Amino acid sequence: MREIDVQTVENAVCEMCVAANYGLSADVKARLDNAFDKETSHLGKEILKKLEDNLGIAGQDQIPICQDTGMAVVFIEAGQEVHFTGGSLTEAINRGVRRGYREGYLRKSVVGDPLLRVNTGDNTPAIIHYSIADGDSVRITVAPKGFGSENMSKVAMLKPADGEEGVINAVVQAVKDAGPNACPPMFIGVGIGGTFEKCAIMAKQALTMNMQEHSELPHIAKMEEEILERINRTGIGPAGLGGDATALGLRILTYPTHIAGLPVGINICCHVNRHESRVL
Amino acid sequence: MDRYITTPLTAEKAAQFQCGDMIYITGTIYTARDAAHKRMSEALARGGDLPMDIKDAIIYYLGPTPARPGQVIGSAGPTTASRMDKYTPALLDLGMTGMIGKGRRSKEVHEAIIRNGAVYLAAIGGAGALLSKAIVGSEVIAYEDLGTEAVRRLTVKDFPAIVVIDRFGNDLYETIDK
Ligand code: SF4
Repeated sequence: MREIDVQTVENAVCEMCVAANYGLSADVKARLDNAFDKETSHLGKEILKKLEDNLGIAGQDQIPICQDTGMAVVFIEAGQEVHFTGGSLTEAINRGVRRGYREGYLRKSVVGDPLLRVNTGDNTPAIIHYSIADGDSVRITVAPKGFGSENMSKVAMLKPADGEEGVINAVVQAVKDAGPNACPPMFIGVGIGGTFEKCAIMAKQALTMNMQEHSELPHIAKMEEEILERINRTGIGPAGLGGDATALGLRILTYPTHIAGLPVGINICCHVNRHESRVL
Repeated sequence: MDRYITTPLTAEKAAQFQCGDMIYITGTIYTARDAAHKRMSEALARGGDLPMDIKDAIIYYLGPTPARPGQVIGSAGPTTASRMDKYTPALLDLGMTGMIGKGRRSKEVHEAIIRNGAVYLAAIGGAGALLSKAIVGSEVIAYEDLGTEAVRRLTVKDFPAIVVIDRFGNDLYETIDK
């Protein structure tokens, strides 16, 4: 049994909330650079240049990359040999979010009751996805999620007969529907299989994967490339004002499913695809 | 083409704008997003006043991050405009001439734009750090309790935005969809 004080978790969550909002991971940045090099639309290229400049200013002048600093989504994978000490883990995570959003000058974008809509004032509660793994380490990923793109995300309960083509069409259609609302160029996370809720969580998780890599499953790797190519043929382009770069990256996660179903979760993210991970 | 304008945005000035033009705005604009629009609409329903002189005004759909000490404002990019569609025609009919946001607008907003000779502009989504550099003054003027959603009077200098819907209802996004 390894003991981990929840204070360590709080500190890590706090630091990751701030870091994610001021800088993007190397793979995400590389995809943006690559799109800038390849863009053939004049206006599109100018916009991509502005997004690059924006990232530079965010880092240098300590201004968040985007004003929507998101709702904090936290994935926490705890080894079963770990014993958390020092109080409630959930409360520690929320303390970390509260501190990160205050100390990092981040926007408080969470309302307590979805219908009464009063701002909680500290960006809590976080959305926490717990899972248990083997071993004695804890892996934490913090992914602040903006809602311009979250609002354009979808779950499609396809039929087995819809197959691969059905999945591809559903994703491309979701991107078309999102269009300029989701701050293109976008990143797309796709979850195929499982159940209604499982495919949505996989889609979210897929957004935190390395966007420079592809699935280890050959048929899925091929699909990742094909869907991305189809999306970039729509012509939506940077800021939805036309061009080649409609999506910068797309990752897929899969899971076994029921004989009667083919659930597909499509999580749309903007170019500000923020995530930080740490292993304790 | 590039156009440099100063506020107020009169209907005469707005009429010059064409889809795809890059507009650099200098002067005063106001921020309001979801919760502020709801309150403004409730105020109008009660026969009350709006927090700003809406005639020839530009509203920027923005909820900024908090400013650090020494900064005018934090990150300050546009939010999705369609969430304001329900409230927008009434404001246009009262004389508002410009809106800055991102994303598509409803049929009702298109019609109200044409009816009143207004324009809808898009600022680059996700470029809030860059856009904040064009904001030289910021002051909360109403609904302070709404936090980031309060109404602010901004002083801007060459704030960049692209004409998406011009006063004739031409829509740049629709041209791209085709
Ligand atoms: S969709 Fe992304 S880039 Fe656009 S406003 Fe929201 S968080 Fe920012």
